[in-house]
Amino acid sequence: MSHYLLSVVTPTEGTPPTPEELDAIMKNVDTLHREMRDAGAWVFSGGLDAPDTATVVRPRGDELLLTDGPFIEAREYVGGISIIDVPDLDAALEWGRRSARAIGLPIEVRPFHWA
Amino acid sequence: MVDQADVARVFREEYGRAVAVLVRLLGDIDLAEEAVQEAFEAAVRRWPESGLPPSPAGWIVTTARNRAIDRHRRESTRDERQAEASRLHVSDEPLEEGAVRDDRLRLIFTCCHPSLGTSAQVALTLRLLGGLTTAEIARLFLVPEPTVAQRLVRAKNKIRKARIPYRVPQDADLPDRLHAVLAVLYLIFTEGHTATSGGALVRGDLCAEAIRLARQLAELMPDEPEALGLLALMLLVESRRAARTAPDGSLVPLIEQDRSRWDDDLAEQGRDLVRRCLRRDRPGPYQVQAAIQAVHSETPTDWRQVVALYDHLLALAPTPMVALNRAIAVGEVDGPGAALVLVDGLRTALGDHHLFHATRAELLRRLGRADEAATAYVDAADRTRNAVERDFLDRRRGEL
Repeated sequence: MSHYLLSVVTPTEGTPPTPEELDAIMKNVDTLHREMRDAGAWVFSGGLDAPDTATVVRPRGDELLLTDGPFIEAREYVGGISIIDVPDLDAALEWGRRSARAIGLPIEVRPFHWA
Repeated sequence: MVDQADVARVFREEYGRAVAVLVRLLGDIDLAEEAVQEAFEAAVRRWPESGLPPSPAGWIVTTARNRAIDRHRRESTRDERQAEASRLHVSDEPLEEGAVRDDRLRLIFTCCHPSLGTSAQVALTLRLLGGLTTAEIARLFLVPEPTVAQRLVRAKNKIRKARIPYRVPQDADLPDRLHAVLAVLYLIFTEGHTATSGGALVRGDLCAEAIRLARQLAELMPDEPEALGLLALMLLVESRRAARTAPDGSLVPLIEQDRSRWDDDLAEQGRDLVRRCLRRDRPGPYQVQAAIQAVHSETPTDWRQVVALYDHLLALAPTPMVALNRAIAVGEVDGPGAALVLVDGLRTALGDHHLFHATRAELLRRLGRADEAATAYVDAADRTRNAVERDFLDRRRGEL
């Protein structure tokens, strides 16, 4: 079995979903995660706070430097992740498709080099 | 006497088959390619003395497998060796035709996996199934060799690291996945049929390669009418290749072609496949396009039937380009005025495409509207990168 990271590609700009829309999405996501568990594919899932809540710890010689904000300013950020354990890319892509349908945002499917 | 040319011929014919088996045995494309190449090097040394073995493909696969096992024994630690050796020996089976067929299909579907970009799919397919070298692929597509090499390395790396499976897709996924394979082969063919850039109109070597691969696929999937339809389409278009260019290399449109220069043999093979598809009655876009080309291959052209087939195609594949081709056929039935109305309706979708302007130019010329036709010929010539097409358009404008 192989591990894959499913990342939710979330836009920085644009209108955020209304509370009702968000409710519907969260319901879909709950169902999706239950299905992942039932299939024995689920390892971990979580939704991330916005990038402006991030802090970066950066080695500078012997020192460690803290900077406020994300490591890169981009038009999109990782809004949430799931880690799944499945036989191959086809299986991972199937969960990727289901996630994209449930959330309505692009999903990046990426293999773990080791886990 | 067996010489280098014999080995080269076997290489082109059997490379894909051998790599397909070895990928399954070794679980890795690079290792499989290395092993197969070593086996061919051995063949170059051995066959001139021993003569061609009864089954050259079998000899190559067996030799490649043995070399891979030897190499592995030399290079790995003892624990790995035991684990790997057992894996390699599990598949110590004769070169049975059914199993090999499955391996070649696995390889096709892996090369055309939807997670790979189109240029990677095309390069992998030509390399692994077609047995073309990196240099040959680069020449065919008029791109620098390092670009192709990089594409191949990246694609194989992704197959390995992202674990793209080596198998024929399940029934539920098969239509989509087969469509991707057909699209890759058709892309190779159309690039050959009218090179998007460069000095020659047709790159026959690329067409021949696409037909060779389509024949393989039709042979491997005889129950998929779209695979047969694609092969039929290619054969029928290819049958007119000689007549499509004049002796000076310039373009001759279909209606003005010297029909005695059409290749009846290829056309008949194509028509025969179209008849087989019709009997199956599971139409798809490639089959309908092949049927249209089959009508074009008969004299005189039954334009009403062509329009009816385009209606069918438009229902299956509602694209502006299909609508444009349908309009051309309508022009032959109802006259250029009727066609021009249809073509003008496609300006938003196709205004950037040279074929839109070239079609308008031809229709305007036939309607005697020379000034507008001249403008349209210029608009078309400005939008093609193929020198032969551009010359043709300039010549037409000159004849107004």
